Amino acid sequence: MKRTIPILITFITGGIIVLAEFIPPWAILREHVLIYFQIIAVFAFFLGGGSLLKINCQKVVRKREDWQFAIVTLVGFFIMLALGLFKMGNPEMVDLGFAADLNASGSWFKNVFDAVKAPLSASMYSLLAFFIASASYRAFRAKNSDATVLLVSAFIILLGQTFVGVVSTGWMPEWMSFFKVENLSLWLLAKANLAGQRAILIGIALGIISMSLRVILGIERTHLSGGDE
Amino acid sequence: MSQPNQNSPFCKIFPTLLSALFLFTILASSPKTLFAQDAETSVIDSTLENLVPIPARPANVKAKDHVYDIGEKVDVSWELSPDDTTGLRNVVGYIISRRLDTASDFDSVGAVFSRIASLTDIGLTKGESYQYAVTAYTSAGAVSETSVSNSVTTEQEWFDGDKFWQVLLLVIIAGSVAYFIYHAKKGKPMFLRKIAGLQAVEEAIGRATEMGRPILFIPGIHDMDDVQTIAGMTILAKVAKQVAEYESRIFVPTRASLAMTAARETVREAYMTAGRIDAYRSDDIYYVTDEQFGYVAAVNGIMTRDKPATCFYLGAFFAESLILAETGNSIGAIQIAGTAMPAQLPFFVAACDYTLIGEELFAASAYLSEDPKQMGSLKGQDVGKVVAMAAILIGAVLATLGSEEGMNIETFNSAFHAFWGVFGGGE
Repeated sequence: MKRTIPILITFITGGIIVLAEFIPPWAILREHVLIYFQIIAVFAFFLGGGSLLKINCQKVVRKREDWQFAIVTLVGFFIMLALGLFKMGNPEMVDLGFAADLNASGSWFKNVFDAVKAPLSASMYSLLAFFIASASYRAFRAKNSDATVLLVSAFIILLGQTFVGVVSTGWMPEWMSFFKVENLSLWLLAKANLAGQRAILIGIALGIISMSLRVILGIERTHLSGGDE
Repeated sequence: MSQPNQNSPFCKIFPTLLSALFLFTILASSPKTLFAQDAETSVIDSTLENLVPIPARPANVKAKDHVYDIGEKVDVSWELSPDDTTGLRNVVGYIISRRLDTASDFDSVGAVFSRIASLTDIGLTKGESYQYAVTAYTSAGAVSETSVSNSVTTEQEWFDGDKFWQVLLLVIIAGSVAYFIYHAKKGKPMFLRKIAGLQAVEEAIGRATEMGRPILFIPGIHDMDDVQTIAGMTILAKVAKQVAEYESRIFVPTRASLAMTAARETVREAYMTAGRIDAYRSDDIYYVTDEQFGYVAAVNGIMTRDKPATCFYLGAFFAESLILAETGNSIGAIQIAGTAMPAQLPFFVAACDYTLIGEELFAASAYLSEDPKQMGSLKGQDVGKVVAMAAILIGAVLATLGSEEGMNIETFNSAFHAFWGVFGGGE
């Protein structure tokens, strides 16, 4: 029973969403289903928040490795919660009360967000530049024929984006223009790369249809859990 | 009427003032005043007529119910004013107005630039009858006479005919999947090609157990409304079952609260199936944050502190894919990744030991379950691939024979466009 009801709900909502794509009057139902999901997700947020507090409090109390970071998490959590809930330091509070915009210019919430959270996120994102270099170094080693093709392709594309690359083959006559490095680079991106990407996308689309059918028909039910049938 | 002296200052300023006055009356007036010919505006109009060239009105205004909608749209079309692309060439746009059949006044519903001869009016009521009026206007503020359309009644359709071919293709592919599921239930043997990444799952868990280190599982950064997350959860169930059997430990930090709840249930069920419910720790599956890079920082911290021997990244990933995979690589973990985000696949291929490419992610749960019904669905998927391959081949041949760059044979060109109408989404 614990599984039958979720499977039934999945079948009905999944069926509605698929059919709504082809039945114009049902399009509104699809939007409603998505709103229901958001409502459920809000309830789950309390579970998530509870889990976050529990895990970090345990870390601090039991003095686990790097427990000091857990204090930073907890302090940050409560500060942002207070600033957001009570709209502290929000200039619109005087006129609008709690209807004030959370991101109103000058509000403490927005200031902390802009001064702390945004730079931290940008810092993490910027790590990507270094990781791309290290991953490329490993990926572009000509260990076998496949890796050699990858290396040559990458070299042409990299060269095609640079001034040196364009100059190096600039002497070629018009009838050999295809072999100019910038044109080869473009050809690799627009033809070879795009064809591969489209093949992957077609496979993904078919995979999603198959997976969705398994879920809607209740054949795939491991994600539902629930014990008895 | 005699023409005024063109050189006098009065004649330079007066038309400008009148034009400004007229433009103001158009912008500020209600549609009632726009279309009603009261005495005052008639005087202004007749004065202006001699100073500002009035464009000819657009003709043949037609209103037609928009097909395949819920009765909320009407398509309005008209013939361009003779002074639009030819004649005076002073038309800068058209004002479209609407009224209920029962009403007397038109309300403006929109405007389009010159050379545009159609507009789709939206937000209407099903079953009501409407009439439309179109007027050309110039930059000087002069408006043409109004042309009125036929009356049209909005209707609701129960099937979107534009998507007929999509439905047919969906029925063929879904029907094939259903057929092979039925086929598999009868116990007929099926061949499935080996997927290296999935065959390595057991080995990777065994390695972590031998090393006495935990396993890290990331089910992507999307919520449960993404099919990739669901695919990740189904693989998590198989992984967690083996982890329970091997008496190892698994950490599942999530970015979404709902994903955490689903992951907890999935892992608990897996431990129960393995008969090791006593070893299940709900605190090992926890919510971190909804913030993308905050989540990445937390997971990187877990990796560097706990040094998991095996990392799984199965779900939807974006810019964080390489940051996670490279950190996992730096701690020497075996890494198995899978995603349906084409832009992230090269990063996983470069940094991980095994990568499930696109459809392999969705096939994984069926593959690992060894359930004939699920494996049958993979066979049905292959029919879709055959259809896709045949469509690509036929389309390429038709385009080569029919296109201007190719052999430019008209018959094939028409055939290609008809074919594109089917597989190109009806556009």
